[in-house]
Amino acid sequence: MYAVTLDDPSDLAEWRAKARALLMADVDPAQVTWQAGAAGGLFGSDEGLPAPVRTGMPAVPRAFLGLADTVLAHTDPRRHATLYRMLWRLAHGEKALLRIATDDDVAWAHGCIKQVNRDMHKMKAFVRFREVRLDDDTVYVAWFEPEHDIVPRVAPFFVRRFTGMRWSLLTPSRTAHWDGDTLSFGPGAHRADAPSGDALEDMWRTYYASIFNPARLKVDAMRREMPVKYWKNLPEARLIPELVRDALPRMQAMVLNQPTIPNRKIAAPQKAAVAVPEGSIAALRAQARDCRACDLWKPATQTVFGEGRTDARIVVIGEQPGDQEDLAGKPFVGPAGKLFDRALGDAGVDRDALYVTNTVKHFKFEPRGKVRLHKRANAQEQAACRPWLVAELDRVRPDAIVCLGAMAAQAVFGTSFRLMAQRGEWIDLPDGRRAMATVHPSYLLRLPDADAREAGYADFVRDLSLMRELLV
Amino acid sequence: MNVTEKLAILADAAKYDASCSSSGGKGRNSLGTGGIGSTEGMGICHAYAPDGRCISLLKILLTNFCVYDCVYCVNRRSSNVRRARFTVEEVVELTLAFYKRNYIEGLFLSSGIIQSPDYTMEQLVRVARTLRTEHRFGGYIHLKTIPDASPELIDAAGRWADRLSINVEMPTEGGLKSLAPEKDLGDIRSAMGRLRLSIDEAKAEKKAPRFAPAGQSTQMIVGADAASDRDVLTASTNLYTNYRLRRVYYSAFSPIPDASKILPLKPPPLVREHRLYQADWLMRFYGFAADEIAPAGDDGMLSLDVDPKLAWALRHRERFPVDVNRASREMLLRVPGLGVKTVDRMIAMRSHRRIRYDDLIRLRVPVKKVAPFVETIDHRPRGDRESIVLRKDLREPAQPDLFG
Repeated sequence: MYAVTLDDPSDLAEWRAKARALLMADVDPAQVTWQAGAAGGLFGSDEGLPAPVRTGMPAVPRAFLGLADTVLAHTDPRRHATLYRMLWRLAHGEKALLRIATDDDVAWAHGCIKQVNRDMHKMKAFVRFREVRLDDDTVYVAWFEPEHDIVPRVAPFFVRRFTGMRWSLLTPSRTAHWDGDTLSFGPGAHRADAPSGDALEDMWRTYYASIFNPARLKVDAMRREMPVKYWKNLPEARLIPELVRDALPRMQAMVLNQPTIPNRKIAAPQKAAVAVPEGSIAALRAQARDCRACDLWKPATQTVFGEGRTDARIVVIGEQPGDQEDLAGKPFVGPAGKLFDRALGDAGVDRDALYVTNTVKHFKFEPRGKVRLHKRANAQEQAACRPWLVAELDRVRPDAIVCLGAMAAQAVFGTSFRLMAQRGEWIDLPDGRRAMATVHPSYLLRLPDADAREAGYADFVRDLSLMRELLV
Repeated sequence: MNVTEKLAILADAAKYDASCSSSGGKGRNSLGTGGIGSTEGMGICHAYAPDGRCISLLKILLTNFCVYDCVYCVNRRSSNVRRARFTVEEVVELTLAFYKRNYIEGLFLSSGIIQSPDYTMEQLVRVARTLRTEHRFGGYIHLKTIPDASPELIDAAGRWADRLSINVEMPTEGGLKSLAPEKDLGDIRSAMGRLRLSIDEAKAEKKAPRFAPAGQSTQMIVGADAASDRDVLTASTNLYTNYRLRRVYYSAFSPIPDASKILPLKPPPLVREHRLYQADWLMRFYGFAADEIAPAGDDGMLSLDVDPKLAWALRHRERFPVDVNRASREMLLRVPGLGVKTVDRMIAMRSHRRIRYDDLIRLRVPVKKVAPFVETIDHRPRGDRESIVLRKDLREPAQPDLFG
């Protein structure tokens, strides 16, 4: 039998060094007892450790060290022996041990980790600093009683959070101090070492009492998350019995009381009526905002109406808004819009000179997880939206129309129009305007190979540059 | 009126907003600034009130004066509630004083609408900006965002805040119109759309100015109008997909002092809100769609006596039992009583060792609930138990209803 004594029973480095030596000597876990504290040599008894029989440390998964580090903070006295047994098993052919969640040792370790993590979390939550004003400085001191040996593990959190303060955390087993520069640890303290109050605690209690909703009393839920054992160090907890007792009467009073007549009048907001000239594009846009002619508005964010010069000589009509256009409320701002802008630039056409709109004014999509897949508006939806397009053309009165994509082209030229055969040339319309169709920029984005994309883009720019002659 | 009296009024006025989350976003600490404050991903609940709700943030209104007249709201202009107004400096001081004592993770600031949406939003932004720039405050800041405020103010809000939120208030447009006459679904959606674009942009480009790194969230009031749970979940799905919300909060309408006559006399049972949160969870982390949880064809309400996953399983007995040694992760996640962690542990161990009935007990799953739906190498559930009987065995005891 080997009796191992640990100076600091929670310290990973110490346990690790001793466990390594045992493992190198191939000492069976059943042959070791572990004990904390007290003096004694590396291996407490007179017996020395047998010489190493291994030449190298067997490989142990990295995850084990993390597990051991947390388990060591637990107060269970079996932790050193169990961890050594796990190490031994890992080194003796059970490489996948940590993946067997139902193994007794692994399940026990998981249980410890859960408890230690919870204790750490609750310490971060329930520490209450009290302010102490010294002559030329202010320090914050807290008394807390954790269940496990977690102060060294939690203190860095308080350093990261309260860097600009000087503070001390006092617990029965250890203390931690931050002077604004260095973190240091000391031996345990007593409750009496901490200040007994803070002037601000009344204010905090006021908040605690006021944020509580007496109509939703759920005392069990509160106790589950804020166990009673913590209450003695929480300044707000003394209010709990009274809040609980009064909750039901307070709520009944609310339900029974008749509504009152307002005894002072706060004026209702006046929606400033923005003067919109009747029949203007702005008036149309305002009307279209509430369009319900088809169902596309329901899941969509907003109507994406046309934008640009209201006296433009050319109106550009796309198909329908996409995800980005739906969110921004503006046409051609997404990836296809960016490509369109670039092509306009290369074609020497100023977008500001144009009026840009879509055939259908709402985004149509199918939700797929977190993304919205674009769907083509059907004939009914296109027909429902048509009056808006007609009205836009009526107001802007362009000399020419440019259609991007088949949906726009068919809205202007009729369903027999064949985009790829008839693109890129001005065609006279019965109403005296001329119109031209080309591809939609999203078509170019979908082309799979780079060569085709480059050629397609060049053709697109060439088509768009036909606008130039009309804009000079 | 002193600050304590104001605090009592303006915390009381804020308590109907369910959100108190301080999670999400990039980690941040004060080591570099020498100030105070940090956020490390997971939020911390510093206290719990007897309503079982977490107190993580100092949740207050800047003022409860309001020109709006939302029927469900304690601060509506026609209510006789006492009114108060904090100055920007008072909120800043209070936040810092609470934070230094470790009472809170940060600030959740909202406000009644005074003068104009822009005026109100400007005040909220000033609080956040003062905390960040003058006091090097690194704690969490959640600002309620007013849909009609100007884009410049919303950009400024996103610059200083971790999270922004706009409350959608009601699951349906009809509900909003009748209960919040000054609010408009179109305005709310387009403001959420703009927020999403700004959040996405800040995330995609390193050089872009900071914008609400903990994303946006919203709240819906449940039980004040006639909307069904299916309406609620459909609305949530739309919000999650369209605006990538981090959370939708459901707030069971709760009696308020000086209530309006238009409101229902009885609040919905709190368990309804609980079921909605469970359903929401299933949609976000378990691959369920809204119409699986609340299928068309019935009244669209979730069962109160069993949780939504169990209810789904009872409607789909043909999909069970699931062999825990073979089934896909997706299918295991659909087994009542199995959570993500347990499922991942089962998957990790089953390539080394076959799972037995005993392992279920060691994994601490609720065996009574799980066993009828799974098979292990030494267990097969009796196939003859009818769903009705099974449901009766597994139902949760009803919570006592305070309203009888």
